[in-house]
Amino acid sequence: MAFDKNSNSFTFIFATVLVVVVGSLLAVTFLALKPAYDENVRREKMQNILASMKVKVERDAAPEKYKELVGEAFLLDAQGMRVEAGNNDPVTGVAFALDVLKQYKDWKAGVVKAEDMHFPVYTATIDGKQLYVLPVVGTGLWGPIWGYLSVEADGRTIYGATFDHKGETPGLGAEIATPFFYEQFPGKTITGDDGSYAGIHVYKGGSQTTDPHGVDGISGGTITSQGVDEMLMRLLATYDLYLKSTIAPPTAEVITTVPDALLADTLAIDSSITSQSVQP
Amino acid sequence: MSTAVAAPEVKPAEGLFSKKNRKLITDPLNDNNPITVQVLGICSALAITVKVQNAVVMSLSVLAVVVVGNMVISALRNLIPGRIRIIAQLVIAAGLVTLVDIVLKAYVYDVSKQVGVYVGLIITNCILMGRYEAFAMGNKVWPSALDGLGNSLGYAWILLAVGVVREVTGNGSVMGVRLIPESWYAVNGGAYFNNNMMILPPMALVLVGIIIWVQRSRNTKLIEQ
Repeated sequence: MAFDKNSNSFTFIFATVLVVVVGSLLAVTFLALKPAYDENVRREKMQNILASMKVKVERDAAPEKYKELVGEAFLLDAQGMRVEAGNNDPVTGVAFALDVLKQYKDWKAGVVKAEDMHFPVYTATIDGKQLYVLPVVGTGLWGPIWGYLSVEADGRTIYGATFDHKGETPGLGAEIATPFFYEQFPGKTITGDDGSYAGIHVYKGGSQTTDPHGVDGISGGTITSQGVDEMLMRLLATYDLYLKSTIAPPTAEVITTVPDALLADTLAIDSSITSQSVQP
Repeated sequence: MSTAVAAPEVKPAEGLFSKKNRKLITDPLNDNNPITVQVLGICSALAITVKVQNAVVMSLSVLAVVVVGNMVISALRNLIPGRIRIIAQLVIAAGLVTLVDIVLKAYVYDVSKQVGVYVGLIITNCILMGRYEAFAMGNKVWPSALDGLGNSLGYAWILLAVGVVREVTGNGSVMGVRLIPESWYAVNGGAYFNNNMMILPPMALVLVGIIIWVQRSRNTKLIEQ
C-alpha cells in the first residue's frame, strides 16, 4: 500500500472528499427536483383553498378547478384595507405568491412589524354564491398550524373551513385536519348580531350548541386547540375590518356611527335568514 | 498487512447465487429478522403501518438506503479510515436518506407528507448502521448488496403484515381499496364500526408481539435458554 489509510492527513482528505461528493450529489438532485416539489406545494395550496369552499378535488386536478372558481386574489394591509397594487390574478398574483407562514414566523421573530404584514384574500364564486377565502396561520403544540376559512357574501357567516398542521400529535392535535373538527365551522358567524367582532373561539370541554361563535376543542389536544383559537381570533379580527367595509362601505371617514348602525340592521336581517337556512 | 494480503484467497469463483449468498437473503426473512429477532427499527414499524401504502413506501425507502449504502460502504471499505468509519457511514446514510426524501417529495408528495418525518428518521434506524458496520465493512460488494436486500425484505414483510392487519381492521380497506362495503357501516344503516384502536401506534406493537410469538413457537431455535 502506497499510503497509510490511518494517517491523519489521509483521514482529513477522505472526510473532505466524502462530504464534498455527498454534498454536491444532494445539491444537484435537489435543484433538479425542486420544480416538481414546488409544483406539488402550489397544487396543495390550491387544493386547500378549494377544500375550504367544500370542493374536494385530487391534487392534480386542483389547478383547473381553482382557475374555474377563484376570481381574484389580493392583499389586505394590517388595517384590513385592500392594497391596490400589483397583480390580482389568483395564480400568478402577489396574494397567491405570499408565503403567509414565513411572514407569520418573521412577525414572531420580530423581523416584520405587525403593521407591515399583509393578508391575502381569495374571492370565488360557487353555484352563484360569492365567497371570500381567508388564509389563517398560527402555532400548535409542535409547530405551525394553518388553514383556510371561506366566508359567505354577508361577510360574517362561515361557509367552510379546512385546517392542516406540520406535526401535531396524531390522534390528538392532528385531529384539527379531520372532518369532525372542521365540519363544525359552517354556519358559525364571526360578528355578533350588532355587527361587533366576535371571532370564533375553540372551547375546551365543548361549546354551547347555540353559540354562533364557538366550536368544540379537541380532547387531549388542548394546546393545539388553543393555537387554533388564537389563530382565528387574531386573523379574523383583521379580515373582519375588510369584510365589514366591503358589505357596507363607509361613505365618509368622519361619520362612523351611522354606517355602523345601518350595518347592524342589515346584519341582523341577514343572520335571521342564514340561521334558518343553515341550521334546519 | 502484507501477510494478510498474501493469505490464500484463490478459492474457485463463487456463484452469484451460491448457497452462502442465498442464505444472506433468506436468513433475515426468518431466523435473523431485523424486527422480530434483532428487534431493530421498531420505531418506524410502529409509526407508519396505519396504511399499507405507507408501509410499502417506507419499506422501499429503507431497501434503497440499505442496499445502496451497503454497496457504497463495501466498495469503500478498504479506504475508510478506521477512526472515522462510523462518521463516514453516517454521512453516506444521511446522504442517501436525504436523496430518498427529496425524490419522495417530488414524485409521491402525499405519501411523503404521511411518512415525512420517518423517512428522515431512517438515518437513526439501527438496521442501517447494523448492516453497514457489521456486514458491509467486512464483505465484498455483491454479498453486501444481497445482505442489504435480505434485511430490508425482512423488515418489509413485517411492515406489510402489520400494515395490512391495521388498515383492514382500522379502516376497512387495503391500499385504499375498500374491503368492507360502505353499506355495512353503522352510519349507513349497517352494524359495522372500524376499530379505531387499531390505528393507534400501540396496536402495532401488539401485532409485532404476536408475530414474534407465532414465529418463536414455530421456530424453536429462536427461543433463548
